[in-house]
Amino acid sequence: MIRPVLAVVVLALGATALLAQSDPIATRRALMKGNGDQNKIATEMIEGKRPFSLDDAKKIFATFEEAGEKAPALFPDNSKTGGDTAALPTVWESKADFDARLAKFAKDSKAAADATKDADSFKAVMAEIRKNCGGCHQTYRKKAS
Amino acid sequence: MPRKLAILAAAIAIIAAAVFWFITTPATIAASALPAHTPDLTNGKTMFYAGGCAACHTVPNQEDKTRLGGGLALKSPFGTFYAPNISPHPSDGIGNWNEANFVSAMWKGTSPAGSHYYPVFPYPSYQRMKLDDIRDLFAYLKTLPAVAGKVRDHDLPLPFKLRRLVGMWKLLFLDGRPFAPEPSRSAQWNRGAYLVNGPSHCAECHSPRNRLGGIVERQRFAGGPDPEGGDGGVPNITPAGIGSYSERDVERVLESGDLPDGDSVGGAMTAVVANTSKLPAEDRAAIADYVKSLPAVEGPKKP
Repeated sequence: MIRPVLAVVVLALGATALLAQSDPIATRRALMKGNGDQNKIATEMIEGKRPFSLDDAKKIFATFEEAGEKAPALFPDNSKTGGDTAALPTVWESKADFDARLAKFAKDSKAAADATKDADSFKAVMAEIRKNCGGCHQTYRKKAS
Repeated sequence: MPRKLAILAAAIAIIAAAVFWFITTPATIAASALPAHTPDLTNGKTMFYAGGCAACHTVPNQEDKTRLGGGLALKSPFGTFYAPNISPHPSDGIGNWNEANFVSAMWKGTSPAGSHYYPVFPYPSYQRMKLDDIRDLFAYLKTLPAVAGKVRDHDLPLPFKLRRLVGMWKLLFLDGRPFAPEPSRSAQWNRGAYLVNGPSHCAECHSPRNRLGGIVERQRFAGGPDPEGGDGGVPNITPAGIGSYSERDVERVLESGDLPDGDSVGGAMTAVVANTSKLPAEDRAAIADYVKSLPAVEGPKKP
């Protein structure tokens, strides 16, 4: 029983890795979209449009953490253009800073998951985590219109 | 006969130069024109965050947003501007200014030395500000740390290098009118209208500009190309652009930078939100009330 499950897991992992390799732009967009979707859920919980759930909160931070960990590898030199991307050339001009910010985002997200106990602590922690978003979007993403 | 013609031509040229000099003279406010005033530092701080002074004037790449040593480069179609030092440093900043110098800068775009500031300093919006708000802001700026270091000159080609020409620009785009409240609207709406069109100077980025660098009034708030020349753009903040946003959504953008779709603001708006997030919540609500009441206007077509 364990073998087929393992096989599926290995296959899924392989497929993700392959996709990341073949289409880093689509992969990183999907990661950021995932962050946005989770962030929206966070807003709904904070503003009382959705009841607070510790499991949902943990999932939000897990998504953020995963994105922070995976993203640095999704900006290879050959992915500056060639797809639907809003990444600015500054990403590659200061890749070390860019990667460091993503690593900090992942680390902060992990700490946030541990620090969240209830609705109040979740709200406080989210306010801090969100500062990471603007930090990168200010310098590394094309202006929206 | 040709001699007479030459004399006539010379006379016309002299008169034209005199007229040009006269009409482009930088306007100032005299210290004697300012009535007695006791500064309200709390209001000054609110004006500081409403005006977003720190967004341009803080030393780039540093966390402390109260160190207004300047130096940020702002690209434009006319050349590159460098935000000056407006910290209270006596020689490098505005430490030696008096109130009238500051009011002249904010209302008239004129420096203490009597020359024109370029409208990259958004005085076409600041001219709408109330005198007391400007004086409170000046008092608050004086409480911030003095930062040493003079900022380099702007990097502008001819003819834009000639500051006197800004006098012509002001004739076209600086009307000198204070904010006029709309009596039929609520106090909250009027507060929002004042903040948006005065201190917060939203239209300065969120409107297209003509070839002379003036705001295209009929497309005010309708967004446009990135004034710094990037291939992104500035969003339309009339209902034609953010019609799906609720007032609460607008408030949230100004509070945390979070957009309704879960994304967050980027580019220059990040620095704006760093300021608006520190405003009293009522002021963000007022801005949202006003912005959501704007008529829908289509912006320039994207290339």
